[in-house]
Amino acid sequence: MTPEMMETLTKGLTIAIGGMFPALAVGKIASKAMESIGRNPESTDKLFVPMLLGMAFAEAIAIYALVITFIL
Amino acid sequence: MIYALPPLVAEPIFSIGTFTVTNAYINSTIAVVIFLVVGFLLRNKTAMIPRGFQNFAEAVIEFLLGYMDQVTKDRKKSMKFFPIVGGLFLFILISNWMGLLPGTGSFGRWLVMHGHTELVPILRPANADLNMTLAMAVFAVIVSHIAGIAAIGFFKYANKFIKIGDLIHGFKKGGMGIFVALVEFGVGIIEISSEVAKMVSLSLRLFGNIFAGEVLLTVLAGLIAYFVPLPFMLLEILVGLIQAIVFSMLVLVYLVIATTPVHGHEEHEKHAEMAPTH
Repeated sequence: MTPEMMETLTKGLTIAIGGMFPALAVGKIASKAMESIGRNPESTDKLFVPMLLGMAFAEAIAIYALVITFIL
Repeated sequence: MIYALPPLVAEPIFSIGTFTVTNAYINSTIAVVIFLVVGFLLRNKTAMIPRGFQNFAEAVIEFLLGYMDQVTKDRKKSMKFFPIVGGLFLFILISNWMGLLPGTGSFGRWLVMHGHTELVPILRPANADLNMTLAMAVFAVIVSHIAGIAAIGFFKYANKFIKIGDLIHGFKKGGMGIFVALVEFGVGIIEISSEVAKMVSLSLRLFGNIFAGEVLLTVLAGLIAYFVPLPFMLLEILVGLIQAIVFSMLVLVYLVIATTPVHGHEEHEKHAEMAPTH
């Protein structure tokens, strides 16, 4: 395991693992939103902006991992 | 790297004296000039029945104030915070969308960077530079502190972080009150570090999104130049809008939290006084 191999491996693993959990989180937010829209279709307009906000926050963690990948 | 990937740091293009002008700075200056021109065009349009450009500007302002009212629940507070939050929103939106115009990231000068001559683009999205987003984040957090001090007074605001007043109340109540007051004192000190976390998260979120979008579009355009980058450019339009919304909404939330008076022990004492009279 040469240092260059370890460096490339770390870069790849950082974004791979760091992208898994935010993806799960965004999926859970979307599924809860779909559930409540299905139960009450009139609430779509009220739900849309908070759902986008929640997704952006969950996405931000994946972006932190991406920035580390670029820095390394 | 095969493709001309934009580096993490914005490249300097030329210098005016000792001030180096980077390509992200050129974009942000163009955005500021756009706002100056719009302000100049709107300077004496005060007709009661708006038409044309004044109508569009008033529609944008109404729309933004409506969204802000959902967070502040008070039109007067929205109007007070509107210069900061609305200004941040419009500036970030225009900067992000300007980064998608053709010519950004492609037209450049041939400069000697890192030992060999390469093409340095003269336009780059303004928020793809960490300096820009960090400056906006630091400004927003410091303004929220100043607004909090202006709204509820210096000692009450400092009491939110260094909870000396709560400590004294806890010692007066005695017993469990002392323990709770000590724990809250520790929590208050830790909240100071969360202010730094706010600055870091605000800046890195915006920087990461816009920079990653720029790299994505560069790589895609390098792979297949026609038609395939189109859905990704649509995604970038959406991402630019969403990140502007998230940044300004977060700044608004921080401002509102900083300016709400702490509901504290005065209410507890009032409830305790009122209870025996029932």
